[in-house]
Amino acid sequence: MTDFTPDEMMTIAAARQLRNDDVCFVGIGAPSAACNVARLTHAPDITLIYESGTIGTSPEVLPLSIGDGELCETALTTVGVPEMFRYWLMGGRISVGFLGAAQLDRFGNINTTVIGDYHNPKVRLPGGGGAPEIATSCGEIYITLKQAPRSMVSKIDFFTSFGHGEGGDHRQRLGIKTKGPTLLITDLAIWRPDPETKEFVVHSIHRGATKEMIQETCGWTVRYADNVDETPVPTDDELGTLRDLQARTTAAHSGKRDAA
Amino acid sequence: MSKFVPLSQAVSDNLHDGDVVAFEGFTHLIPHAAAHEAIRQGFKDLTLLRMTPDIVYDQMIGMGMAKKVIFSYAGNPGVGLLRRMRDAIENEYPRAIETVEHSHSAMAQAYEAGASGLPLAVFRGYKGADLPKVNPDIKMIECPYTGEKLATVPAHQPDVAFIHAQKADAKGNVLIEGIIGVQKEVALAAKRVVVTVEEMVPDFADLHPNLCILPHWTVDAIAVVPGGAHPSYTFGYYQRDNAAYLDWDKISSDRELFAAWMQENVLSATPEVFAERVRGLKND
Repeated sequence: MTDFTPDEMMTIAAARQLRNDDVCFVGIGAPSAACNVARLTHAPDITLIYESGTIGTSPEVLPLSIGDGELCETALTTVGVPEMFRYWLMGGRISVGFLGAAQLDRFGNINTTVIGDYHNPKVRLPGGGGAPEIATSCGEIYITLKQAPRSMVSKIDFFTSFGHGEGGDHRQRLGIKTKGPTLLITDLAIWRPDPETKEFVVHSIHRGATKEMIQETCGWTVRYADNVDETPVPTDDELGTLRDLQARTTAAHSGKRDAA
Repeated sequence: MSKFVPLSQAVSDNLHDGDVVAFEGFTHLIPHAAAHEAIRQGFKDLTLLRMTPDIVYDQMIGMGMAKKVIFSYAGNPGVGLLRRMRDAIENEYPRAIETVEHSHSAMAQAYEAGASGLPLAVFRGYKGADLPKVNPDIKMIECPYTGEKLATVPAHQPDVAFIHAQKADAKGNVLIEGIIGVQKEVALAAKRVVVTVEEMVPDFADLHPNLCILPHWTVDAIAVVPGGAHPSYTFGYYQRDNAAYLDWDKISSDRELFAAWMQENVLSATPEVFAERVRGLKND
């Protein structure tokens, strides 16, 4: 398979990182697509959890919201939202939290709250939802987003959810016991934190992307691992699975009135 | 006195200007019909409480009914931003609103604390996050047993809660299923509770013993409003009208378009229109 878009590569590269025995707290948007591609390819037994309380869900189409009926209908069980955050998230049952971001810095700190000053915002974004506690309670955090200078910035405007803070052992200093961001998948590359500084470093570049493109769309000076690989291109199965899922999703969300 | 009343009476008997009110529903079972009735009755200076203020709060804020919003995620789920709420925050149109912002975990547990009769919720949260810097209601305490620093927020105990649910029996017991969200917690935390339901059935005999039920003596008023959650959904009755959420992004982007839409679809409408709106969305 040669013909794929950077978005498709991003979703498939993210999907590959999930393991069959993961219990994954799924954010809406790109994370949701990646998690379901994983479930439909190499990780059929993965447990997907959405913050609406659905545990072990296997939707036919991607949900538009975290509370679509499809998630509940196909879940092993559905619990109340207080229980979701207390027993399942705070109780330490989740291995991977998968988040998107409006703004991200080199240490995996995320802003989805405001652009500009909090009290006098240039743009008021939706806010954190479950993310502040997902970021500190899940075993580790995967982040996925499209690279752009306005989203990958040297300094985020608001710490919605904490990644590695100022880097190094900042999490431990705050008494946070989980690993935090261990992976960043963009439309151009796969990044992992430096073991010491915790700054994201490029480990693999997707086919078609270049170091110039990665730097142009990133607000900090990009660092590279000693050995940078090329990300394996999507297989026929991966790409077919993603495209079928997206086609089903588009049909379901745009045509519900007519289809019903 | 029967708990079953017309929606207009359920709202006028229980909601007052200046109340702290929660119209809850976590994507599912959002009480749109009740909120539209509140808009028609024109309440003022409300403090709107909700985890996920979406279209109905965008509408109430756009109509100038809210002085304050307490929330944890203010977006049109899966679509984008709330444009009327943004206009109020960024441009003070049609009036300035105060916002008090939490995380989902904090909001859910504040309802649970309210239902438990406790003054606060205690949880492991907000570590490294900026919200405690901008929300003075978030405080840290030390666990007296382990010394761990934990977050606390005050319990939510709204004056009145509105929820939508599947059905009530003849006595007024209420059954909720599917994504139950915080429906039970907000009802048990509130001073007064108004429930809209899809239908009334004679009794709940032969159902599973662990279903989520609000006993009749926890509910103040029930209005039967088929379709009353639209464009949200009622599990087992009709699906979410995702197209309506996508349409809202356009309608809410313009002040005049918004005003015209509200006039036609809310101010000039009645609760009976909701049954028609879900006709093409029904589950088999």
